[in-house]
Amino acid sequence: MTSNLLILYEAPALGLQLAIDGILIGAVFALAAYGMALVWGVTNIINVAQGEFVMLGGLISILGAEHGLPLWLTVPLAAAALYALGWLLFYTVIVHLLGRDMFNSVLATFGIAIVMQQVMAHVFGAADRIAASSLGSWFFLDNFVVISKMKVVVFAACIGLGLTLAWFLSRSRKGQAIRAVAQKPEAASILGIETRKVYCLTYSLNAAICGAAGALAATAYTIQPYGGLSYTVRSFMIVVVAGLGNLGGVIWAALGLGVAENFAGFILGTQYQIAFVFGLLVAVLVFRNWRLRRQRKHLE
Amino acid sequence: MTAMLQVTDVTKAFGGVVANDAVSISVPQGAIVGLIGPNGSGKTTLFNAITGAQAIDAGSIRFEGQEISRLLTGEIARAGIIRTYQQPRIYGGLSTRDNMLVSASIRRGSSPSLFRRANAKAIAWADELLDFVGLIEKRDILAGDLSFGQQKLLELAMALSNEPRMLLLDEPTAGINPILIDSVIERLKVANSKFGLTLLVIEHNMPVIMDLAQHIYCLAHGSLLADGTPEAIQNDANVLDAYLGAA
Amino acid sequence: MAEYRALTPKRLLLIASLLAVGVAAPLVLPAYQLQLTELLLFIVFALAWDLVGGQMGYNSFGNVLFVGLGMYGAAIVQVGLFYDVGLYNAARGGGTQFVFDVPQFITGLALGIPAAALISAFAAWLLGSLVLTMRGHYFAICTLGLGIAAGQIAAGIPWIGAGSGMLTPNPPEALGDVALLLYYLALGLAITCALTFAWLLSTRFGLALNAIRDDEDKAEAMGLKTHAAKVTAWVIAAGFLGAAGALYGNVVRFIDPVQTAFAGATIGVWMILMALLGGKGTLAGPIVGAIVFQIMKELFWTYLLGWQRVALGLLIIAVAVFFPAGIVGFIRERGSAKAKEQNQ
Repeated sequence: MTSNLLILYEAPALGLQLAIDGILIGAVFALAAYGMALVWGVTNIINVAQGEFVMLGGLISILGAEHGLPLWLTVPLAAAALYALGWLLFYTVIVHLLGRDMFNSVLATFGIAIVMQQVMAHVFGAADRIAASSLGSWFFLDNFVVISKMKVVVFAACIGLGLTLAWFLSRSRKGQAIRAVAQKPEAASILGIETRKVYCLTYSLNAAICGAAGALAATAYTIQPYGGLSYTVRSFMIVVVAGLGNLGGVIWAALGLGVAENFAGFILGTQYQIAFVFGLLVAVLVFRNWRLRRQRKHLE
Repeated sequence: MTAMLQVTDVTKAFGGVVANDAVSISVPQGAIVGLIGPNGSGKTTLFNAITGAQAIDAGSIRFEGQEISRLLTGEIARAGIIRTYQQPRIYGGLSTRDNMLVSASIRRGSSPSLFRRANAKAIAWADELLDFVGLIEKRDILAGDLSFGQQKLLELAMALSNEPRMLLLDEPTAGINPILIDSVIERLKVANSKFGLTLLVIEHNMPVIMDLAQHIYCLAHGSLLADGTPEAIQNDANVLDAYLGAA
Repeated sequence: MAEYRALTPKRLLLIASLLAVGVAAPLVLPAYQLQLTELLLFIVFALAWDLVGGQMGYNSFGNVLFVGLGMYGAAIVQVGLFYDVGLYNAARGGGTQFVFDVPQFITGLALGIPAAALISAFAAWLLGSLVLTMRGHYFAICTLGLGIAAGQIAAGIPWIGAGSGMLTPNPPEALGDVALLLYYLALGLAITCALTFAWLLSTRFGLALNAIRDDEDKAEAMGLKTHAAKVTAWVIAAGFLGAAGALYGNVVRFIDPVQTAFAGATIGVWMILMALLGGKGTLAGPIVGAIVFQIMKELFWTYLLGWQRVALGLLIIAVAVFFPAGIVGFIRERGSAKAKEQNQ
């Protein structure tokens, strides 16, 4: 561990490499987290199947790519498929959880995640997968820093999607309906907004966002049917740090997490990278709660 | 005479809204003190400050000489201040009697007693108080199944069973069957005279508070408007103004 | 509370017949001995989860942490008393140099199980002071994180076998039917657990846990030492989870860090499902739930092999959505509805 620290000290370019890679993957985290915050803020449900949505999006796009579809087609395809899945899940499961104890929704969406994992493993195989990409890389500082062009494309597309979504929420009529329901569901329903449809739109939209994030991520990062939970936990952690409905905060927290994770993976060893993510989650929650406690409050 | 509870210049703001602006009140031992004021004048905020439900921005709260404004809710309760709420808060999943048993003067019991079953003495004490508020018939019913008024009475009985040194009551007669109000007041007076319990009472029902309290503070827009005997408050031009202005 | 108070003759008879069934079961159904042992451990898992989740209202998704700690803790004690743990794991527990004779094996179990309980209880005390100040979904997700982080960390420590796991000591041939021994140990643990919890829930401590579940802020404002009560409950639950984990490790023999020890997606969520299925917040519920669950699980594994997780996931969804009160809760709700009618 200390030797790895020493390497970082002697080769600062390596640190730069870790930071850049962290920022690039951070955009994928940001998109999934933004979707989670949306569902959480509007329906008061924490979607534990968030990571499985991302994984499914990735697997669909890999399947599409294997059949010769280009990236600009596989991403909307995955988003559309996930939108349909979100709609289906909403009317079969989520609709019964609205207004119920949060524990029920956490458990039920955990159930959805478990079902999805094994179904995905059956349909797509349980192996780690990545879509073939042929864009190559840029090389800097005597080849000490290598930036995959595909990762840059994924980064830009994720940020672009996030901004589009924020614009949709603030400008379009449907987006305004979502925000109205999030703030005052009773008032919104008196004004003739069908809250259930808005909840459905929110949940399906979130699934589509995750699908797109997964489809983009699959071109540069590994996708695994059982690998969803870490994305869920990352999303949750980012939302806890950034707060609900704050895209700027979500992006900063997500990029920060990406960088921190990469450094931790290098310093502690990659086998501890996931442990670091979960450990960081606990640390973040404990720290936030400790600060609140001093004001006689607590995380609730 | 030094006061049992001395609130000095307590200030609390929520965002830009000042809910308590340098409020000072004092409650002597063994007294019944009233706290009145129009809706939104900061009465419940002051209760929250005294019982530690919310942190205050500035000021001091002393209970029996000890500064309590930085203590946590539980510590303040164990020091001897117990409150009731506008919307009664009881343990809905427990029977009425179990609500009493779990509330009984735990602050005086050392922790090992927590690992004992309630003995005959504790059950008798619980039943005595349930009888006192007229709920003895309901002792085996889930508290969550009681009516609003019954829950309010149960909450009062729970507070009494804790044997606090001071009881803060937030609108004790609101939502209670008007026929029962007189008996509630009577019981509060008995609790004060028989158990030596000091009371600080928020009340909207003017005849009730005029009958009950010996000294009344009136809040308006977060600041102290007036204080004095019930007679003095009834004839105070500022108080009348605040109520008519708010109505 | 009243329901646990009286030990009527009828109740004693019920307990005696249950005990007789428990003692006779593995002899009558030798083919299902393993499943029966597992069932007893599941009962402990479900009861321990419910003490904190059902009775106190703190829904932990990470109780598997204490199962895993107990599993590793016991195995390390069982091996470490006689051999170097690192070498044992490097040799994958095999070879001729790592043989346990009867006194060694028995001593290992006798010391390993209590040690496991203590280790898990200690971990619960340490962590409880931090995470039990959180509520609701923050507590739920935080504990989920704890359980999974523990598995990942265990998978990175070569001393305990890292990702390739650890074997519990090979029982000596001379000892005879070790599986039966483990069954009776599990039976003893399940009975101890049920009786301890029945006693706890009959005391004011039990009422305090229920009060915290119903309205924690109120309980605090009434002067209850809520934090101490919460940590105590968690420590007690963790102790039983640790002991059950120790036995479970010896039953399955192979401890995989992620698949058996800190298996959040299987045992971790099963114990919640069992408590919920039988009836959260009741003493009989987790026991009934564990029995029903174990039967369903075996059916799924037999007839739906390859899709068993899908079936269990669907069961979780169905229970969470449509049947949150569980079997015992359902029966009790009907009783409560009657009482309410009488009140009006």
